[in-house]
Amino acid sequence: MNSSMDIIRGIGEGSIRAIAKALSEVENGSSGSTDILDYLFSRQQGFTLGITGPPGAGKSTLVDRMITRYRSIDNSVGVIAVDPSSPFTGGALLGDRIRMQSHATDSKVFIRSMGSRGHLGGLSGATRDASLVLSAAGYNPVIIETVGVGQAEVEVAELADITLLVLVPGLGDDVQSMKAGIMEIGDIIVLNKSDRSGIEQLENYVKASLDLMPPGLKRPEVIRVSATNGGGLEDLWCAMDRLAATHSEKDKLLRSAVKTMNQILRENGVLFSEKLLELEYNGREAVEKLILAGQLTPYAVGRKLLERAERMFEHNGSK
Amino acid sequence: MDRKIRVLIGKPGLDGHDRGAKYIARALRDAGMEVVYTGIRQTPEAIADAAIQEDVDFVGISLLSGAHNHLFPEVARLLNNKDASDIILFGGGVIPEEDIPGLKEAGYAAIFTPGTPAAEVVEFINSQMEKRQ
Repeated sequence: MNSSMDIIRGIGEGSIRAIAKALSEVENGSSGSTDILDYLFSRQQGFTLGITGPPGAGKSTLVDRMITRYRSIDNSVGVIAVDPSSPFTGGALLGDRIRMQSHATDSKVFIRSMGSRGHLGGLSGATRDASLVLSAAGYNPVIIETVGVGQAEVEVAELADITLLVLVPGLGDDVQSMKAGIMEIGDIIVLNKSDRSGIEQLENYVKASLDLMPPGLKRPEVIRVSATNGGGLEDLWCAMDRLAATHSEKDKLLRSAVKTMNQILRENGVLFSEKLLELEYNGREAVEKLILAGQLTPYAVGRKLLERAERMFEHNGSK
Repeated sequence: MDRKIRVLIGKPGLDGHDRGAKYIARALRDAGMEVVYTGIRQTPEAIADAAIQEDVDFVGISLLSGAHNHLFPEVARLLNNKDASDIILFGGGVIPEEDIPGLKEAGYAAIFTPGTPAAEVVEFINSQMEKRQ
């Protein structure tokens, strides 16, 4: 099961091993991954749910509840749980499965843990491709859970059809720092651990932040839940269903096709630049040295590369 | 290509003593690997299913209760049945010397007993990966 043809065939036959291999291929950005993605692209179905929020907000527990909910209406559920990779060693401890154990042997639930690694084009490239694989393999919804630190929450909102931002009382400064995120990303803001003190304060704070939203933007719903004892979950499911119903299948596909193309263009841009750097300066390391030594400015590098690319295009054009 | 070594660390059976498992999980992470930790009290089925979905290169399981002669071979059998015998197995915990040959027979490439330095496990994994390539 190592060629992309075998993998594509396996996915068609519903082989769990093939789906898992496809996820590895796209995550590693291996040479066969584009073939797999190209084949699966038009086979996507259903919708994607993004779940983000600070560490300890109860995202995994909420995802566990969500799986139970969708399984109760007989949907297969895919989960992509992203945890941070160490920028120093590249290693990662992926522990989100611990809170989803009640579904461990359910053959209609596919859970995949991913390290955020140092992906080209950021987190979104790999998670986007992984969610495409699960969606085309028949999982609906595909839930993407990511730690909301820095840019990750904005990225997940870009690729999911519906995004939930999960907040909890007592994180004080974390919520402060997510203020911008609150306005930009959540379709629904979930206030989890509603049985804890400080929930009123949190709700007031969030609502006050939302009042500052520029007019014309869609204001997210704010819903209190307790993922552990189940309080408020019915309200959340209803809100999610309402949102899901507003997305027509065709709109979604078109939107995601254009978005995906734009992301791929950006990723390609990085790849092309690396190649040009190689030609012009013998690679990134060498040019970094020159910049640090003050012999080159970053702007000069950018200009040089563009000039080089233009010369190459002219040369090709005159053939 | 951004290939990482992926390892699943799990604890089957009923004992909840997960210090050893967590210690190894952290050591492997610090060695640059992606470690999926499943937590305690897993059934062999849950471990095998998780290993396949996560597409790991290695499964390491830890047990201190004495049920290793039953649970360890069961994980190996399930992986074989699911066409995943290429995943390399290793075990750890309180395992008497005399049980080790039987577990190796059942498909375990290594068994690490208490007191093993984490570096030894890291080295085992790296050397197995080299052999494979």
